[in-house]
Amino acid sequence: MSLKSPIGRVLGLGSAKEGTEHWWHQRLTAVAMVPLTLWFVVSMIRLPDYGFATMQAFVAAPVNAVLLLLLSGTLLFHSALGTQVVIEDYLHGGSKLVTLVATRFAYVALAVATSFAILKNSLGS
Amino acid sequence: MSPHLSAYRFRITSTLSILHRMTGVALSAGTLLFAIWLISVASGAESYSSFASFIGSWLGAVIIAGFAFAFFYHLSNGIRHLFWDAGKGFEIEQAQASGWTVVAVSAIATVLTLLSIWV
Repeated sequence: MSLKSPIGRVLGLGSAKEGTEHWWHQRLTAVAMVPLTLWFVVSMIRLPDYGFATMQAFVAAPVNAVLLLLLSGTLLFHSALGTQVVIEDYLHGGSKLVTLVATRFAYVALAVATSFAILKNSLGS
Repeated sequence: MSPHLSAYRFRITSTLSILHRMTGVALSAGTLLFAIWLISVASGAESYSSFASFIGSWLGAVIIAGFAFAFFYHLSNGIRHLFWDAGKGFEIEQAQASGWTVVAVSAIATVLTLLSIWV
């Protein structure tokens, strides 16, 4: 039994707005990825071969580069949101916070690295 | 009841629910492969060829097959989730039927994709 009043215990814990935002972003990215991922899989199937020249030409083509940038951003955002929920479910206390921060940093780094790779391939080395 | 999950009887709905999370985690690991693929292409023929030879190995084939199934499963079950979000398909019979549909669709799509890549 605490002397803290019920209102005192919830004050400062933040509003529930963020939860809705997380849920909504997960759905938005899910809907966006239906066409994006299907485009990617069909494109991979339709490539004549998987040699370097074919791959580079595919990634460098302007429409493909834009779609790959969209896919990579959406994919990593959706994956980050999902991974966050899994971490929050199975880890607790300090290890939860450290893992949440580390994975969020890793996702941002991964998004920047893939975007840079796509742009470098299209705009020349 | 955790961790005594084996106390529960098999139910298609609960099995597919945990499979959605498992394939999501697997696909998240797969984003690393997606990034390495793009970075290797941007880094030139030599780095791409070492990536391609890894994907071309038997271990690479197992990973590609696993990702193909994880992708088609997570995609079709994700669409099932979006229908639930719209408030549709909540009756037990509907949830079981859509569940088996997801299993069939993802199995067929996986086999067709792998055949068109490898054969």
